[in-house]
Amino acid sequence: MLRFLISRLSQGIAVIIAVIVLTFLMLKAAPGSPYDKERGTSAVAKERLDELYGLNKSVPEQLMLHLAKYARFDPGPSDRYKGQSVTDIIASSFPVSAAFGLPALLLAIGLGVPLGALAALKPGSLEDRAAMLFATLGICAPSLVLGPVIAMTFGLKLGWFNVAGWYDSDDWVLPALTLGLIYAAYVARLTRGGLRETLAKDFIRTARAKGASEGAVVFRHAFKLACLPLLNFLGPAAAGLLTGSFVTEIVFQIPGLGQHLVNAAINRDYALASATAAFYAAMIVVFNLLVDVVQALLNPRIGFQQS
Amino acid sequence: MSAIPETPWQGAWRRLISRPGSLVSIVFLAVLILLCVLGPLVWPYTESMQELERAASPPSWQHWLGTDSLGRDLAVRVLKGGQMSLLVGCVATLVAVVIGVSYGLVSGLASQRVDAAMMRFVDILYAFPFMVFVILLTVMFGRSLWLLFAAIGAVEWLTMARVIRGQVLALKKLEFITAARASGATTGQILLRHLLPNVAGVIVIYASLTVPGVMLLEATLSFLGLGVQPPNASWGVLISEGAAAMQATPWLLIGPAALFSATLIAMNTLSDALRDALDPKSMTE
Repeated sequence: MLRFLISRLSQGIAVIIAVIVLTFLMLKAAPGSPYDKERGTSAVAKERLDELYGLNKSVPEQLMLHLAKYARFDPGPSDRYKGQSVTDIIASSFPVSAAFGLPALLLAIGLGVPLGALAALKPGSLEDRAAMLFATLGICAPSLVLGPVIAMTFGLKLGWFNVAGWYDSDDWVLPALTLGLIYAAYVARLTRGGLRETLAKDFIRTARAKGASEGAVVFRHAFKLACLPLLNFLGPAAAGLLTGSFVTEIVFQIPGLGQHLVNAAINRDYALASATAAFYAAMIVVFNLLVDVVQALLNPRIGFQQS
Repeated sequence: MSAIPETPWQGAWRRLISRPGSLVSIVFLAVLILLCVLGPLVWPYTESMQELERAASPPSWQHWLGTDSLGRDLAVRVLKGGQMSLLVGCVATLVAVVIGVSYGLVSGLASQRVDAAMMRFVDILYAFPFMVFVILLTVMFGRSLWLLFAAIGAVEWLTMARVIRGQVLALKKLEFITAARASGATTGQILLRHLLPNVAGVIVIYASLTVPGVMLLEATLSFLGLGVQPPNASWGVLISEGAAAMQATPWLLIGPAALFSATLIAMNTLSDALRDALDPKSMTE
């Protein structure tokens, strides 16, 4: 168990370092610099700025300094928002993203799993078709379509919620609904697929033969195995939901992490962009690790041995 | 019983069009492509033509999808935008297919050690936050369209590489490959003459899955202001403009959004049907 955790963790750390190095090199290769737009910068001032930000050193040296900063969990100040550290920006915008991402995740599981299970238990029935129609709609109405439509319906026409913004205590509802419905569609699809495959297996027949009730067969025996593909999906999905969806945050004008990353890219705020990328990578690694552990607990055949 | 047995591809085509859902999708996509390519040539309006006296008017006989606040006809902009979205979908998918198939073929044929290293690389890339990378790539490439195609394609090849490698691993153990080797075929010949035709079905299935994915990625990037730039149109740009003006002119959002969703539904239905029609098991029936 411990060895498994250490091996997975070191793999995860390698991924995070690779992301940091790659973003650094990509942003180095990008044309332009953060203070390009300030006109009339004299040669002397440019030199001083280069010195201040360490841009006069060689690229490998800069990379090492860059990595050292991340190792201390202090990526430094933002290039764009003067006087704000990148850590502060992430620390203040992550809770905003999580505030609607977490309800979205709960909605996705709470709606998707029962729908998928219902569809799997009655293949070909009306329930099955309805659930799969819902799953198709979720896949074909991405957030850039569903988000504005939901904002228009519940915000403009019905007037139940604010169309956009992050002011009132119920502003999380519409973005959570948008993301929750879309992810519920994927969850329903995966649950149905996993459960149908599992229900056809021999050990389910054995369980039925020894007289287990239908509920016990489905929930105690089948679901443990059937939810493995779902878990694989939920790891990165949870990381993505909690750290904010770019489109949803733009549609509903929410000052979350996703909006900061898009703005950082547009504003060439290199410090913020690379720190956000590293944060995303770290979240994905953490959730993948969680998924690995849960999977190993659920299915002894996978176990903790594989590296 | 027909006198001439059909080829596997003919059989796949017969199975494909025998399903009403996929037939409707094929017709829809064919009409859409024709309209997008030829429509703007014969349309009474051009995408930059402004009729200010009819600005912001809802759908009518003159303007089927209505006009925007600048008096531009939305229908022709949707067709022009469709050209862009479909072009991105096809070009980026081509990039992804070429990279993914070559990577998968090489990895599947290479020695175990090289194969393991190549697949570990793919595993690591899978753990990358992709949207973040595409957004950073658009910064790096300065929002140039062709480089954007390449960037999207370069991100979408991973699944293709994995699947092709799996197929090659299974195929290369079969007798006909051994027979080809015994009769003196070089690795290159085996690759092109024996392996590639056998994975062609899988390539078609995954390419058809990639096109809607790529179009969604393009629309998302354009929606965020990082893809196609106005006044050029793509469906993502039009949906973004429509969403910004949905209070006064809701038809600007509804038209492009509905068409985009319908296209995604058709493409997904078609790729589902292709998977059933081209399934390697049914290829040999």
